[in-house]
Amino acid sequence: MNLPAVSRSLRVLLCLVALAVLWPAGAAHAQDAPAGDAGEPTEAEETAEACTFGKAQAIEANGGPLGPSIWGRLCQVIDGAPAFAEGVEVVVSQDGEEVATATTDEGGVFVATIPENGVYQVAIDPETLPDGFSLTDEDRATLERIRVNLGDQQAIFRFGEDTRGQRDASDYLTTMAKGLRLGLILAVAAVGLSLVFGVTGLTNFAHAELVTVGGIGAFVLNDAGVPFWLTVPLAVVLGGFTGVANDRLLWRPLRARRMALLSMMVVSIGLSTAARNLFQIGFGPEGRRYTASSGQFERAYGPFRLTPNDLLIMAICVVVLIAMTVLLRSTRLGTAIRAVADNPDLAASSGIAVNRIVTVVWGFSGALAALGGILYGLSVNVSFDMGFVLLLSMFAAVVLGGLGNAYGAILGAVVIGIVQETSGLFVDTAYKFVVALAVLIIVLLVRPQGILGQRERFG
Amino acid sequence: MSWLSILALAVQAALGFQGASYALAATGLNLKFGYTGLSNFGHVGFLLVGAYGMAIAADNGWSIWVGFALGIGAAVVLGLLLGVPTLRLRGDYLAIVTIAAAEILRLVANARPSEPVTGGSSGITGLSGKLGFFEPNFIPSGSFGIGDLSFNSRQLWSMLWTWGAVLVATLLVRALVRSPWGRVLRAIREDEDAAKALGKNVVVFKLQSFVLGGTIGALAGAFIALDSGAVSPTRWIAPLTFAIYTVVILGGAGTIWGPIVGAVAYWFVLDVVDGVLNNLWFDVSDTTAGAVRLALMGVGLMLLMIFRPQGILGSKKEMLAGAR
Repeated sequence: MNLPAVSRSLRVLLCLVALAVLWPAGAAHAQDAPAGDAGEPTEAEETAEACTFGKAQAIEANGGPLGPSIWGRLCQVIDGAPAFAEGVEVVVSQDGEEVATATTDEGGVFVATIPENGVYQVAIDPETLPDGFSLTDEDRATLERIRVNLGDQQAIFRFGEDTRGQRDASDYLTTMAKGLRLGLILAVAAVGLSLVFGVTGLTNFAHAELVTVGGIGAFVLNDAGVPFWLTVPLAVVLGGFTGVANDRLLWRPLRARRMALLSMMVVSIGLSTAARNLFQIGFGPEGRRYTASSGQFERAYGPFRLTPNDLLIMAICVVVLIAMTVLLRSTRLGTAIRAVADNPDLAASSGIAVNRIVTVVWGFSGALAALGGILYGLSVNVSFDMGFVLLLSMFAAVVLGGLGNAYGAILGAVVIGIVQETSGLFVDTAYKFVVALAVLIIVLLVRPQGILGQRERFG
Repeated sequence: MSWLSILALAVQAALGFQGASYALAATGLNLKFGYTGLSNFGHVGFLLVGAYGMAIAADNGWSIWVGFALGIGAAVVLGLLLGVPTLRLRGDYLAIVTIAAAEILRLVANARPSEPVTGGSSGITGLSGKLGFFEPNFIPSGSFGIGDLSFNSRQLWSMLWTWGAVLVATLLVRALVRSPWGRVLRAIREDEDAAKALGKNVVVFKLQSFVLGGTIGALAGAFIALDSGAVSPTRWIAPLTFAIYTVVILGGAGTIWGPIVGAVAYWFVLDVVDGVLNNLWFDVSDTTAGAVRLALMGVGLMLLMIFRPQGILGSKKEMLAGAR
């Protein structure tokens, strides 16, 4: 690597770091602007909790069991303290006929006795509210569908400024962490795509289906009663074998025929389409979940709110990616892989068995893709097109980092993952993926060979 | 159901609107991919803007001609926006960027904030009524044909227009590729550096081919919108591009009549498979039948590419995509 190249890479990295630092700041700013003088978000959240009301409190206020009823409390945070609306009439009706009325006591609590379970409309007259009270949504003075299934039901009227849309630092950090999770999964899944491109020049659309093989393979085993964490190594091995089979049965013969790379890409599209639809026939169109996905609740780890699985997924990804880097950097096999990626003819003439190296790379590619598929399945769900859903993100990651460069793929994947998740904070979530793809296109305009790619690689 | 009626229904799809619309879309792609060697895997994005141009015109009460103009204008703009920065990229990069761009368009059309314009995820319906596409139809009502192979008056009207457009587009492409301009395109496909060395501005030629091919694609999208009377974002996904690629390669990439032959053959085979699946001794659900069809399309594309990359009409000598 020559000096200008190093300084260029450093510059790009610096830009990325700056982007990563400024991104959440920009996001926070975009969010604060409309909120205006509503005060600190954290404070608003604390005081909003002061209005939380539960059945135990209702029974206490009622001085005994509630019976068949619709109950609730009219409460608004005024000047930082909860205030209760006394003497407001609450009308419960069913199919337009009034069935019960109740008046709030000095604690703002009402309990309207109803004849039986059913669907009711619950209304208050906003004109009768004490001074200072205002409904969050003017149109919600009547709650149209309060369904009572178990004897009694709470009816919640919301008052004051809407605080639910506001976010605090913890939300931003959690979203960043989830972006990192997605990025790491993408990195594990996409490294193989980049390696295969490196050694054979093939842009493999069917890589998506290698991801799905892992996800579905683990699900089938898991469904048959194998404990989930045991299915992971099994499905990874299955993915590795699938990758090797791909090379031996299809791509090696095509390489022997000296097929053009663009034609091989079209073949991979055919393979991807065929395999994906066969998965759909075998697996069904619905998404499923692993047994290990159940019972996962978010917990606070410092400022981050993540599930235990999230931590485990990220740890696995980091370990695997470090192992992959070490393998490529400091083993004979890794050196051989990089030599083949650089120049297959030269590698062959210096005694490297190019075809064997290519097969090994396909094995790695399949195994890593399978692992990525399992981890993605664990964090979202397993479906016949899970790989295809990830394919564009993987391409984006690989191209962003520089096609054929494994480290670039990892860096690109993390960038794409974080951008995709955090962009949901300040643009409509429908545009999440659009932002990630737009980043890809913009980077290609500025630096067509990708962040870490070498200019020679690019035609 | 007899074999005869399965065949009749397959011929109906092949000669009917489905065959015509795919032939038109494939004619556009053929100019880009077959003649110029541009691996544009976002062709469906051009169909999308054509269809939405028509739908937005209908939604605002404008005429059908405004719809065509909107779609074609949008396709030209899209072609320039996408082409100027990306056409200097190598084939595989171009494929990824174009596929991403088409997906961006679809996601934006699908997103809730776009609802006032595109109708969001539910799309826009009731086009043919608002645009009066079927009003000038002079074909008397009733069905025409023999046995199961018959078309009603509406279908014939759609077919008349779409096959007419296919013919015009094909003759236009024929005239263009036989001109000196077309020879430059083929030179670029065979050896870009050689074309450059001869002093041709390769990027400009590529861009012209890209925009013109996209415009023909947009026209196909507009006809699809007119025929079905509705536009929804779920239709314009990457597998549709892949299907059009299959049509182009099946017919013979870089041949004049290839897209038409390819589209007819594609729909014939697909509908024969459909007919067989619907008449097996066990029940096949629609979802499964659709998946089987697509799986066969995938296998077909692979086999075609491996064993007969020149398709039905192409000659082995003049093969596409020789360069890396």
